[in-house]
Amino acid sequence: MSVSEQAAPVAATAGPGTHPDHVPHDATAPAHHTNTGLSNEKLGMWLFLGSECLLFGGLISAFLLYRTKDVEGMAGPAVADLYDIPFTSVSSFVLLMSSLTMVLALSAIQRADHRRARTWLLTTAMLGASFVAGQVYEFTAFVREGLGYTTNLQSSAFYTLTGFHGVHVTIGILMLVSLFVMSLRGRLGAEKAETVEIIGLYWHFVDIVWIIIFTLIYLVPA
Amino acid sequence: MALTEERPPLELTSGEEPERKPLGAFTRPSSNTGWRSWITTVDHKKIGILYGATAMVFFALGGLEALLIRAQLAQPDGQVLSPDVYNQMFTMHGTTMVFLVIMPMLAAFANYLIPLMIGARDVAYPRLNAFSYWVFLFGGLFLYSSFFLGGAPDNGWFNYAPNSGVAYSPGHGIDFWVLGLQITGIASLVGAVNLIVTCLNMRAPGMTLMRMPVFVWMALVAQFLLLFAIPVITVALFLLMFDRLYGANFFVVEAGADPLLWQHLFWIFGHPEVYILVLPAFGIISDVIPTFARKPLFGYPFMVFSGIAIGFMGWGVWAHHMFVSGLGPVSVAAFSLSTMFIAVPTGVKIFNWIGTLWKGKLQFTVAMLFAVGLVSQFTIGGLSGVMHSVAPHDTQQTDTYFIVAHFHYVLFGGSMFGIFAGIYYWWPKVFGRRLSESVGKVHFWAMFAGFNLTFAPMHIAGLQGQPRRTATYAEGMGWDLMNLLSTIGSFLIAASFLVWVYNVVRSRHNPPAGADPWDGRTLEWATSSPPPAHNFDVEPTVEHLDEWWHQKYEEDERGRPRRREHYHYLSEVDEVSLADGGRQPQVDAGSIHLPSPSYWPIIIAVGLPLISYGLLYTYWLCAIGGLLVVGGVVGLGLEPSVDPEAGHGDSHGDHHDDDPDTGDDTAAEAGAGGEDEDEAEAEFAGVGAAGEPGDAAGTGADATGASGKEGS
Repeated sequence: MSVSEQAAPVAATAGPGTHPDHVPHDATAPAHHTNTGLSNEKLGMWLFLGSECLLFGGLISAFLLYRTKDVEGMAGPAVADLYDIPFTSVSSFVLLMSSLTMVLALSAIQRADHRRARTWLLTTAMLGASFVAGQVYEFTAFVREGLGYTTNLQSSAFYTLTGFHGVHVTIGILMLVSLFVMSLRGRLGAEKAETVEIIGLYWHFVDIVWIIIFTLIYLVPA
Repeated sequence: MALTEERPPLELTSGEEPERKPLGAFTRPSSNTGWRSWITTVDHKKIGILYGATAMVFFALGGLEALLIRAQLAQPDGQVLSPDVYNQMFTMHGTTMVFLVIMPMLAAFANYLIPLMIGARDVAYPRLNAFSYWVFLFGGLFLYSSFFLGGAPDNGWFNYAPNSGVAYSPGHGIDFWVLGLQITGIASLVGAVNLIVTCLNMRAPGMTLMRMPVFVWMALVAQFLLLFAIPVITVALFLLMFDRLYGANFFVVEAGADPLLWQHLFWIFGHPEVYILVLPAFGIISDVIPTFARKPLFGYPFMVFSGIAIGFMGWGVWAHHMFVSGLGPVSVAAFSLSTMFIAVPTGVKIFNWIGTLWKGKLQFTVAMLFAVGLVSQFTIGGLSGVMHSVAPHDTQQTDTYFIVAHFHYVLFGGSMFGIFAGIYYWWPKVFGRRLSESVGKVHFWAMFAGFNLTFAPMHIAGLQGQPRRTATYAEGMGWDLMNLLSTIGSFLIAASFLVWVYNVVRSRHNPPAGADPWDGRTLEWATSSPPPAHNFDVEPTVEHLDEWWHQKYEEDERGRPRRREHYHYLSEVDEVSLADGGRQPQVDAGSIHLPSPSYWPIIIAVGLPLISYGLLYTYWLCAIGGLLVVGGVVGLGLEPSVDPEAGHGDSHGDHHDDDPDTGDDTAAEAGAGGEDEDEAEAEFAGVGAAGEPGDAAGTGADATGASGKEGS
């Protein structure tokens, strides 16, 4: 079925609230006839990411509040004593590199280079998966050291914050894999580049959040 | 198409063949009438009506809880409720009125009116809009099911730690509160993204931001507040949930936790929430007052920017809820000052409404009475609010009935009066018939008297020291008379509500109101009542603030407004509407593609309370709910927003073919599987999608069918 091939946006779309007079003359540009020039989907993602900032802001605040609490008589070890900074640095580097491959995937699909797009999409997903695997390893190591989820204040806050981030990465991986499968089936044409871009926005956001978490939680001493 | 047609089973993987209908077990719904049309609708107007009707049912429930509270407190040593049930009543009363009445009521107005007011055919993501409604409904039902499952939450709507912990609240009540608000929070967040994108992206040509009606502006500011406030309470709810269900230590004082963490998180959400509840009501009366004062709104830009200012400053005042929690003098002084400052933009609004009324040709319709009621009653509540910004005064009044009086003047005298103003104002637009003015005046005056009789005496009881949240009080404290008056007043409010119900029921027999019964100023009055499914036959082009007024009126030689001899409605209207020189629109042939109804939003929404029950009782329910959510998201993702086989055309020339494959965009999200993160992008399909060339012909009859209804 060649539906996706004929889908290049030559004609102006006429969705509700779209404006035929505002059609960009560049026929290769994605058809955005909105007041802001951003498609509804991309604007929606930006807004959603704005909301996510507050979610992570709240979780990070809770952790920062509790890690400076007096640890006298606290059950179990302190989180800061268990950090394996070299290991986490490597997994952070892996996650940051996945942002690079994400950009390469977007660039490839914009050039309709589907083979490379698939390669980079899969690489991004694999790098993300390596990061999550590293987190699972870190958690099990901590638990083996006697720091369970309910052990003390810090452990609850630490696992909740990093766990929330890990779930976000996992969801990103699932979206990337879906893109990969769509591309395999020939349903991710160049006109869908914006879909890749929007998922990329999410992916970069999750990376940036990790930079903040890694700096504040692991590197800056309490 | 026939239901017997063979279809493959529900497929959970993404990446289906594009030409196959990916609906699995279901045929895509197509009916526009009957019960099925309501559960599958993606029409912002029907969803608005659903929101409003549901909110009013919850209003009756929350009102019943209030009456029980007042019956208990009518006399000293009341015996109507046990202290335990009393706690459940005031908790559920507050939670219901905030989360299940005022917020959805304002969502109802925003849903129904924003597309009409900005000249759009629907919201940005129509199916996510339906999803928001169903999630809200099932979240509310989930919360209320706690009454039958071991007792409702009983820790107040603020749910302070550590009282909310397992040690002090061992039952499931608090769990229902936590999970129920998580669910309704999803609804609010999705709705906020949806409506913001609608306001920013879907405006008709010429509808610049500074030509948007003030209601749209205030709803937009409130949605931004929701967008940033919901995640904060989500964090608080998650932490509490992990504490209660999985033994985390966030609010366990024995483990060294700081219970103030809850208060900060809650009020960083909670104070913007106050403006979420009241700003749209301000917007409603900013449209009602100019219509009935026969004048443009005084100082439109000031109204807009004061609303935005309130939106920003609302984030810097939360700790005034915590003056007695031991914040320290610097914090208290800072938050005292910021609380005083936020009264300034609110005062600007009051003055502008008075400026609009000044020398207007006032028409005291019921809507206008409620609007003026808001201006007067909210001012009283606002003034007692400024009193509380003075920390010593606040310290004296904290946890007394003075506070109860204050926030009821703000939320009942403000939000609810605004909501009733909006109900009376837009009822003829939504249902084609007005509510009775005479019955409505009885409603207004009874509610106004009952409201003041209930809440004014609470000021005095509070100043005399009567504590809140206490089930009984002893005789001889000097509170007897004030409490008796409050109870009498509350039953008067209940009676006035019944008058409103009577008014609604009998409104079916009122004559058709016509498209523009109040000689309105904004675009929703330029289309028929009720509007056709596609809102406008002709896409509006906007040149002025109060565009519809400018289309109807011109200036005479002396600069006074004079009605034009001819002007055109934007959709086919009835005879009543044409009496004053209005004309039918010049309809061109063509087709308007509206998003098609869908089962998936309600299916996903059903899954969420199932997951929540599962967390409390058995994980099997989580699995079923999870399957529904994942399957629903996949189904939603694979289904094109516009059914290529459905005839949703209307006569309109503005039609171009779009990418017929658009629905596939969502397959990516579909694969991600039912997580909150999908909300923002799960509706990639957009609304103008998937027209098939052959579809244009033979579907023009719908417009006549839809707009012909109100004439009968």
